[in-house]
This record gives sequence, C-alpha cells and structure tokens, in this order.
Amino acid sequence: MNTKPRPKHLDLTKIRLPLPGFVSILHRISGFGMFLMIGVILGILALSLESPQGYERAGELLTSWLGKFLLLGLIWAFSHHFIAGIRFLLLDLHVGAELAAARKSSALVLMLSLALTVLAGVLIW
Amino acid sequence: MVNKNITGAHYGLKDWLVQRVTAVVMALYTIIFSVVYFVTCPQDYFAWSYLFQSQWMRILTLLFFLSLFWHAWIGVRDIYMDYIKSTALRLGLQVITILVLIVYAVWMIQILWSV
Repeated sequence: MNTKPRPKHLDLTKIRLPLPGFVSILHRISGFGMFLMIGVILGILALSLESPQGYERAGELLTSWLGKFLLLGLIWAFSHHFIAGIRFLLLDLHVGAELAAARKSSALVLMLSLALTVLAGVLIW
Repeated sequence: MVNKNITGAHYGLKDWLVQRVTAVVMALYTIIFSVVYFVTCPQDYFAWSYLFQSQWMRILTLLFFLSLFWHAWIGVRDIYMDYIKSTALRLGLQVITILVLIVYAVWMIQILWSV
C-alpha cells in the first residue's frame, strides 16, 4: 500500500491559484465589496435626487479624494464582476469550458477590467 | 437520515437560477441606463432628476435594485456558508443581511417615488 500524505497543502499561503481560480476569488471579493458599499451608493443617489443643493453636495463628495478612491474601487469591482459574470454564464452554457479556452478567457477578464478601471481613472482625474 | 443545516442553501436549483436571472436583468439595465445616460448627458440637477421622473425609468430602476438585493443575498449567503463556521454567528449575519436588504428596498422605493 502506497498512500501519499494528505492533505497536500491546505495552507492558503502555499496554494498557487491557476488564473481561472484567481478570477473566481476576485469575483467573490468584488461582489462582497460592492455589497458593503450598497448603503453608501443609495445615500449618494438619494442626496443627488433630493434637491439642487443635494446634487451639488453629492458631486462634491464624489470628487473628493476619498470619493474618487472609492469610486475607482467600485468601478474595478463592477467591471470585474460584470465581465467575469458574463464568462461564468457562458461557461454554464458550455461555451469556452475547455482548459485552454478557460485560461485565455480568464486572462481576458482580468485585462479588460483593469483596462476599464485605468480608463475610468484617467477620465475621473 | 440527512443532516440538514438550518442556515443552508435549501439544497435546490432555485437559488442558482435566481442568481443567473437577476444577473441578466442587471446586465440589461446597465446597458439601457448607460445608453440613456450618454444620450441625454445630464449636466445639472434638473436634467439628472428628470431621468427618474418617467414611470418606466422608475420601474426599470426598481427592478434593477430588487434584482441586485436578491442577487447580493444569494452571493453573501454563499460566502457566509463557506467561511463562517459558527452556526450562531452565521445565522446572525444572515438575519442582519436580510433585514438590511429589506430596508434598502423600501428606501429605494422612497428615493425613486419622491423625485
């Protein structure tokens, strides 16, 4: 009987995620991050629709240093979650589920969401 | 005997499907809203609030947010189920999450119908 010692690694610092796994965990992190921001987003939306003064105030908040930083984070989270989500829907339909295609599409998701974030950053600043 | 967990996923297809249907609804709304926003390009309060004064925009926006809250519930519940080992803590977080999302839904209706 030749049994290998198991588990091999369940040490998070030793596990090297393949690219599709990386996209998957970022999907989770971006989703949870956006969930935590829902209250702030609704608050800003309510303020912007309340009165002309509220609209000005919402604009000031969004263009403050912290506002721009959070906005950029949200833009990344939304872009990543949106594009990775479309990839997951296609995988559900068995489109691009082969290993090579899945690796390529996960690299594409990471690049597109970063590119959109950089573009938004340039537009915001 | 099957050991069912009180804070489980109800072991069915429904949540999996709801998460995908709500995702498609949100994606379609994102496209529609982006088109409306870039076509009208609102520059001040009056143009911005005017966007939300039509009944169909209010209804579509509410549909988006209700989809968001339902989608977020399923996603966040999955995260709690995977990482929070204590049943009491997990149940507590789930109850708080549901209550917060219900408050958001009521608040959203109030925001949209008072524009």
